[in-house]
Amino acid sequence: MRLRGLIRKEFLQVLRDPSSIAIAFVMPVVLLLLFGYGVSLDAKHVPLALVIDQPSADTASFTGAFQESQYFRPTMKATMRAAEQALLQGEVNGIVRLRADFSRRLHGDTSAPIQVIVNGVNANDARLIQGYVEGVWVNWLEDLARARGEELNIPIRLQQRVWFNSELRSRNYLVPGLIAVIMTLIGALLTAMVMAREWERGTMEALMVTPVAMREVLLGKLIPYFLLGMGGMLLSVIMAVWLFGVPLRGSLAVLFVAASLFLLVALGMGLLISIVAKNQFVAGQVAIIVTFLPAFILSGFIFDIGSMPQIVQLLTHLIAARYFVSILQTVFLAGNVWAVLVPNALALIAMAVIFLGLSRRRARKRLD
Amino acid sequence: MWRQRILALAKKEFFTLLKDKKSRFVIIGPPIIQLLVFGYAATFDLSHLPFAVYNEDRGSPSRDLIAHFSGSPNFKAVATLNREAQVAPLINRRDALLVLHIGPQFTRNLLLGQPAQLQVIVDGRNSNTAVLALNYVRTIVNRFNQQWAESQGRTGPPARLEVRAWFNPNLLSRWFIVPGIVGLLTLVVTMLVTALSVAREREQGTFDQLLVTPLRPVDILIGKALPGFLIGVGEATVIIVVAVLWFEVPLLGNLLTLYVGVILFLLSAIGVGLMISSLSVTQQQGLLGAFLFLVPAIILSGFATPIANMPPLVQELTLINPMRYFMVILRGVFLEGVPLSLLVQQLWPLAAIAVVTLTLAGALFRRRMY
Repeated sequence: MRLRGLIRKEFLQVLRDPSSIAIAFVMPVVLLLLFGYGVSLDAKHVPLALVIDQPSADTASFTGAFQESQYFRPTMKATMRAAEQALLQGEVNGIVRLRADFSRRLHGDTSAPIQVIVNGVNANDARLIQGYVEGVWVNWLEDLARARGEELNIPIRLQQRVWFNSELRSRNYLVPGLIAVIMTLIGALLTAMVMAREWERGTMEALMVTPVAMREVLLGKLIPYFLLGMGGMLLSVIMAVWLFGVPLRGSLAVLFVAASLFLLVALGMGLLISIVAKNQFVAGQVAIIVTFLPAFILSGFIFDIGSMPQIVQLLTHLIAARYFVSILQTVFLAGNVWAVLVPNALALIAMAVIFLGLSRRRARKRLD
Repeated sequence: MWRQRILALAKKEFFTLLKDKKSRFVIIGPPIIQLLVFGYAATFDLSHLPFAVYNEDRGSPSRDLIAHFSGSPNFKAVATLNREAQVAPLINRRDALLVLHIGPQFTRNLLLGQPAQLQVIVDGRNSNTAVLALNYVRTIVNRFNQQWAESQGRTGPPARLEVRAWFNPNLLSRWFIVPGIVGLLTLVVTMLVTALSVAREREQGTFDQLLVTPLRPVDILIGKALPGFLIGVGEATVIIVVAVLWFEVPLLGNLLTLYVGVILFLLSAIGVGLMISSLSVTQQQGLLGAFLFLVPAIILSGFATPIANMPPLVQELTLINPMRYFMVILRGVFLEGVPLSLLVQQLWPLAAIAVVTLTLAGALFRRRMY
């Protein structure tokens, strides 16, 4: 009964300052729209400069291969100087040059060099471009061999099969990851201020003289925001599947059990921040620091955790989003793989217990 | 006279920001810690990728090929399989990112000069990792092919690629990411200092008191902006020093050019922060506003994913994002040594954003008075 009263009060407060509703419902929609469309690692139509010192039929077939590729948008440059200038000014991301002796060496005994220069500032992009150039080159070699009526002599042929995401669409893994980042924000933002606000405005003292127990105060804070947060989650999943076409291969029930566990961790973290800081200003600052950037960089959402140094890998275990990202990517793309889901869910349960337990211990009916 | 007033206000702002241990730590500690952690964590260079081998071939060339993989720092062998059925669970559980499958005819085909198949099965759950891992595989296979062709006295392909990377010859993604982190943390710190500052005074009612003092809105603006600016410059300096000395990112360009960029960026970020702050009535709204700016500003800045990959509409949206310009300036000055004159294209939008947001913030101080 008392709990109902507290929950009602919290809901009224939510309705009075609509920023909580904005956090739960507007934020996921806006952020998912922006990022779902905006964040992509698939480079297409990369601007490339082609320099042909002495045009011939061979060079024409080679440049044709680049023009047909969907990965490149080649432009011809008359001299190497002009091409280098374009690279410096960021007009093109790479240069491919065929020297004057290309045709002669192609038909001779020595193999003809193809000079490739990529702008290495964005190392990831440079690697991808290098891979695409190699792809164009191998295809062209095969065509060349076929035209000569022989088989291209490559000792080992690579046959690649990509599971779970055969078209290698980066959106398929970025969107589930984004849901984790967005849920981290929602959870912490919703609760980071609520306890601090009561302390700062002195209403905490008013609550203390009432017969409600601290446990009830905390539950009264948690339940309304948990419901709001789950609403935001539902919205995100609907958008991921219907708008962005991410396949959902696992079951919806598993997804929502995992999401509620994660939300408990995120809300618990916000609550703890709020209780420890006791003033909204510091609580807000801490929320900015500990939520977004760690969830963005250390969760495996975009940077591979296995490639980080050992000590940083250990640190990522403290980030709840790490477990949720792993669950989301698996449930969306691979299905209900219990061997992945169970350990991650256990970790989330442990973190929820720790955060909520600490909140319970630190929040006492006492004036300091 | 007015200068004293502004100084007094700025001093008060500094005190509220740094008055107790908790507040001081929040502003100074985390950026340094995050720089160190993120500097190591944020990398697209893959190492120790777990792979498993399913080798049905008994010849030495297949063992030789596997040795090429085990010997590479990019790969780490985790399992040897002897049945096809073992492949799926291993990848599903994420114990191995890729499985190399060598068929029974491998050595025979290789010796006969027929194409020998190497099948690679990759976990595509993280497609960027998958693409990069396949690139590493291709590099190793190409090297093996070349050595094999030479050892057999066969001619190689009629044309070969000679690839060079400018500005970052070893393609270390750390060189790309760490200058970006300079921008990231500078932005976060300025938001910490400015986004809640007016909102707090409004919620507590002290902002109205400030408005009835002889201070003009411009003075309040300067007084509010000054601490954020000084803290921002200080933190940016520390982060740049750590980037150069600790992470050994080359700083080819001019420090003066870099600081022109830092200052203009800080002004525009402070403008945005103060604008959010003066628009909000409660601190919760201020915090929400800070996030609604911070998160898109970082994700759509080109920090991790290139702006060129975005759809045209989103690309145009990034034109109002100050981070976008600062990223280009940072990477240009650090890695390419771009002079000031070539950065005008990036600097004037920053200046324009700063002027607009600061003016709006100043105008909004008065609007919300009731």
